[in-house]
Amino acid sequence: MSRALGVATVAGVSPEAPALVVEHLSKQFGPVRAVDDLTFRVEPGRVTGFLGPNGSGKTTTLRMLLGLIRPTDGRALVGERPYGDHPQPGRLVGAALEATGFHPGRTAAAHLSAYAPLVGVDRARCAEVLRQVGLEQAADRKVGGYSLGMRQRLGLATALLADPPVLVLDEPANGLDPEGIVWLRRFLRHLAEQGRTVLVSSHVLGEVQSTVDDVVVIARGRLVHASPLRGLADLAEPRTRVETPDPAALDALCGQRGWRTETVSDAGRSALVVVGVRAAEVGAAAYAAGLELHELSPRGTDLEDVFLRLTAEPGQEEGAA
Amino acid sequence: MSDPGLGPVLLSEWRKLTSTPLWWVLGLGMAAYLAFTGGVLAFSFTVAPEGSGGPAVGGVDAALGVYGIVNAIGYVFPLIIGTLVVTTELRHRTLTQSLLAEPRRGVLLTAKLLVTVPVGLLYGLLGVGGLVLASAPVLSLAGDGAYLTDPEVLRALVLGVLVTALWAVLGAAFGSVLTHQVAAIVAILAFTQFIEPIARVALGSVDGLDRVAAFLPGSAADALVGASFFGQLTDGDLLPAWGGALVLVTYVVALALVGRWTTFRRDVT
Repeated sequence: MSRALGVATVAGVSPEAPALVVEHLSKQFGPVRAVDDLTFRVEPGRVTGFLGPNGSGKTTTLRMLLGLIRPTDGRALVGERPYGDHPQPGRLVGAALEATGFHPGRTAAAHLSAYAPLVGVDRARCAEVLRQVGLEQAADRKVGGYSLGMRQRLGLATALLADPPVLVLDEPANGLDPEGIVWLRRFLRHLAEQGRTVLVSSHVLGEVQSTVDDVVVIARGRLVHASPLRGLADLAEPRTRVETPDPAALDALCGQRGWRTETVSDAGRSALVVVGVRAAEVGAAAYAAGLELHELSPRGTDLEDVFLRLTAEPGQEEGAA
Repeated sequence: MSDPGLGPVLLSEWRKLTSTPLWWVLGLGMAAYLAFTGGVLAFSFTVAPEGSGGPAVGGVDAALGVYGIVNAIGYVFPLIIGTLVVTTELRHRTLTQSLLAEPRRGVLLTAKLLVTVPVGLLYGLLGVGGLVLASAPVLSLAGDGAYLTDPEVLRALVLGVLVTALWAVLGAAFGSVLTHQVAAIVAILAFTQFIEPIARVALGSVDGLDRVAAFLPGSAADALVGASFFGQLTDGDLLPAWGGALVLVTYVVALALVGRWTTFRRDVT
């Protein structure tokens, strides 16, 4: 399957691709508040990760943004207007919402050519987007025989049909093999570099961590965090790995300072991880106590951990009493 | 950007409908079914059973009786293909993609109703073609003739094609109300094969209620075509041809309005 990034020839994305604007958006489904007073912006020229556990309201939010679900309160705009108020919004926003939305008896080529007239493109363009997503060999096979990964690619091809300045992709990495995820990452980066507005949802931060510039994290329908990806790292607890020939003394020291510790052992060696304290601070305390250390190293910040902490159910937060 | 109008939406719907084999399989099925039934009916009209006095029906009446069954028994096929235009989108959850590309829901529904017109006309041609090919030789060899140039026969054949198109549109309107694909097909089969024939006979035999029977869709279509299979059985009063057409169009509009304010108004999740 071709991994070429066939988007270099794009006819020209307007430098001012519209932002996506969500303002005090809410949706009530019977007794369930699926989305609750959600406000965030998605800027052009960047890949924004829309993150939250399954059932947190991501898909409902995306569907409100795309005019498929009517908000109970608030509004969701593409640029300055709701999706449906744009003339031919399918030319402005390309969206891939679910891998199941295909007629199993239709070929990929037939699927695309059914939607092509609505966004004003011809069959040649259909073949082109199939090439872009690496499905040209499967163009004339029925979608019913496609793997989940192939359906994801066909969804992406559908979204790309009109070469739109805005892309909204719901869990696009689901079902892709590791190679496919790397391909998707490069593809999305490329699209954002062209000035497009790219919104990608996922329930696993790790899937999009190296793709996104900005993150919007929701849980139980509410916004819990929105910032550049860097801002998420700032929320991470520092963790410091310490090795000493005198574990009892180290234990005592940590106890005295009120530091939380975890014992880890790898390759037959046992060490202590001090949670929430930077290496310098641990080193200084050990020095002051005259404690011999054999290793003192900051462990990488675990963004997934931050993400899980942000989105945890109340009462389930790590360390909560 | 200027409003591109209905053209692209119609083209899109046409491509959706014709991109799977079902539409022509069902069309050929209609042709074969009508050919078989027409052939059998032509035989029974023209070939006298031994010992009986002769064929019960002869001349142009035999021809009209045979050619008239396009509407009487063939209308299940256009109804079903019509419902599929809407129900398939819900069954396979492709309505999301369709509404992303065309968010004006009334426009999408209108296009679905309109796209069934050419399909219905084609089904009409296939059905009438199959019927004539099978029955005309029997009528002309064993009976008094095929009467294919008789103005009354021609009128019945042309109206048979037109009414098939109307049935297809009615199917689409019905599908917009009852969107569960299997339920819609079962409801159509039950209504056309069982409920309506019984209702027509029952209502037709009660004084005062026979006027009600004339407003059932099957009776209205018979009135439009002017040649009735059940009409002959029941001797019920039929509406004038224009009245029959009006009743069918009213069913289409009423069902489509209900569909517009239910299925095509709901959140698409």
